[in-house]
Amino acid sequence: MWSYLVRRLLQAFFTLFIITMLCFLLTHYSSDPMSQYATKQGMTAADRENLRHSLGLDQPIPVQYIKWLGLALQGNLGSSFFSHQPVLKMIQQRLPMTLILMVTAEVFIIIISLILGLVAAIKQYSFTDNLITSLSFIGYSMPIFFIALGCIELFAVQFKLWGLPYLPTGADIWSPKDPVQMIRHLILPVFCLVAIITAGYSRFLRSSILEVLGLDYVRTARAKGLTEKVTLYKHALRNAILPFVTIVGLDIPGLLGGALVTESVFSWPGMGRLFWEYAERGDYPVVLGVLLLTSAGVVFFTIVVDLAYTVIDPRIRLG
Amino acid sequence: MTSSTQSAPVASLNIAEEHKAALTPGQLVWRRFRKHRMALMGGIGTVLLLLFIIGGSIIIPESKANEADLKSRLAAPTSQHWFGTDSVGRDVFNRIIYGGQISLFIGVLAVVMEISLGTLIGGIAAYYGGWVDSVLMRFTEAMIAIPSLFLLIVLAKFIGRHVGQVVILGRTFSGSIGIVILVIGLTSWMYLARIVRANVLSLKELDYISASKALGSSDTRIFFSHLIPNTLGPIIVSATLGLAGAILTEAYVSFLGLGVQQPTSTWGNMMQQAQSFLIRGAWWMWVFPSLFIVFIILCINLLGDGLRDAFDPRSSRHL
Repeated sequence: MWSYLVRRLLQAFFTLFIITMLCFLLTHYSSDPMSQYATKQGMTAADRENLRHSLGLDQPIPVQYIKWLGLALQGNLGSSFFSHQPVLKMIQQRLPMTLILMVTAEVFIIIISLILGLVAAIKQYSFTDNLITSLSFIGYSMPIFFIALGCIELFAVQFKLWGLPYLPTGADIWSPKDPVQMIRHLILPVFCLVAIITAGYSRFLRSSILEVLGLDYVRTARAKGLTEKVTLYKHALRNAILPFVTIVGLDIPGLLGGALVTESVFSWPGMGRLFWEYAERGDYPVVLGVLLLTSAGVVFFTIVVDLAYTVIDPRIRLG
Repeated sequence: MTSSTQSAPVASLNIAEEHKAALTPGQLVWRRFRKHRMALMGGIGTVLLLLFIIGGSIIIPESKANEADLKSRLAAPTSQHWFGTDSVGRDVFNRIIYGGQISLFIGVLAVVMEISLGTLIGGIAAYYGGWVDSVLMRFTEAMIAIPSLFLLIVLAKFIGRHVGQVVILGRTFSGSIGIVILVIGLTSWMYLARIVRANVLSLKELDYISASKALGSSDTRIFFSHLIPNTLGPIIVSATLGLAGAILTEAYVSFLGLGVQQPTSTWGNMMQQAQSFLIRGAWWMWVFPSLFIVFIILCINLLGDGLRDAFDPRSSRHL
């Protein structure tokens, strides 16, 4: 167990190192932050060179990388080129908003997909099952912006035209401090995320429950006269849910990164939009910071999920 | 039973058994696939859509798809413009035909790239083992850990700094098509690499590989003519599902404005263009391209699901 953990941590460390290198290279060659100033009035080429020098952008990439890595290891991810705020502070400002959106969505996603997956599996090939399966297949095949644009069209644009109580489009200015406004702005993005992600999850749960229900030990449980309820919830579900735990566990760090497209469409001030806004301008300290934190989260949670597995499923021993 | 086998029942039974034994693995796969009604429907849907976008381009010349008629901007669907017109008066129906060609073209090439990369990296890692395996797998893990949309954006900006126009077969395309293909191909191979690695790891211990080595086959020969053909099932399934994924990713990338640039249309960039006219009620600009996206992805996913069941010998009881 301990040797396994040490090996995993070493591997994770190596993976993180590759991630930092990959992200650093990609972001530094992807855009030139100075291009922003190319058309700025009163700024000469010499000024741009001075600025480039003062930001350390004229040094060779390996030197820049080592400097950045050294600071990053001390918990300093640098400052934005444009807002001049420390990256960590900017992330701290955006993270709560992303968590509000993603955690709300995730709670609904888990509850709804568990219910849908169970119902579809128990009533296999019934009308309900066919309906759930078809709808989840459609949802699974849909880009989230389709459903997002559709929701805006219906609940924001048309409802307003029809004189019904309507929801905000995301194009207006609002204050996250007001809870009523917050909830009004939360409804549509949460709905879209739930609709799309539940589709994949419930499909997955249905097939894993069906697979377990076909196993011999479930037949034994039924044969010894256990009620269907006990067989299902105490015996079958426990095993069927295992792969689901892995999937949810691996998706959790993704929540930190937010939902870039959803946040953009609905103007939700979260991490995804932070990344997108600053990637557009070529502000790499911010882009790198977001990339690094979210990917480190994934690497960390992969290990946590593996360890959690030994707790949920005593048959698994790590070694 | 045909008239040529009108002999004793015992003989005809033997013939039937002989016939059964003679089925090749490919025939078995086809037999299982044929029973999968949804998968067949997916296949038919895909063929119909291909006929539509290829046939459409024979009837309607490309100039019609790019013809801007400023007098009829943002016109709702009429008998003249079946799917309405966009913000500069181009016919949405014609653009869907030509956009579909580009979307599918991107999808297919991206999948070819995904399959080649995934098979090579996964296969090499498993076949050589040791530090080669460690490095390649840590790299794969690093790529998986970075949230895919973030990786796509950074990579698109990395590759896409300088693009010109490309002329293929007398038609001018924006060079961004190549970038989108590269970006999708480079960010989607990781899961296939893992599948291929796992498969090759178990295959390479089998006797026929040792026999082949003893006969003096080169590594390349063992790899391409013994190991890969035996992994073809999962590769074909990944390719099919990957095609759906690639078309969806193209839509996401274009929706964020990083994809194929105007005037070349794709289903994704048509939706991006539509987003700015959402409030003005031009629903036809986004509803039609998205319906096509959802339809083709649904069909391909159904097809891929059927193929997965067909290639999995254990799945026969579900049919």
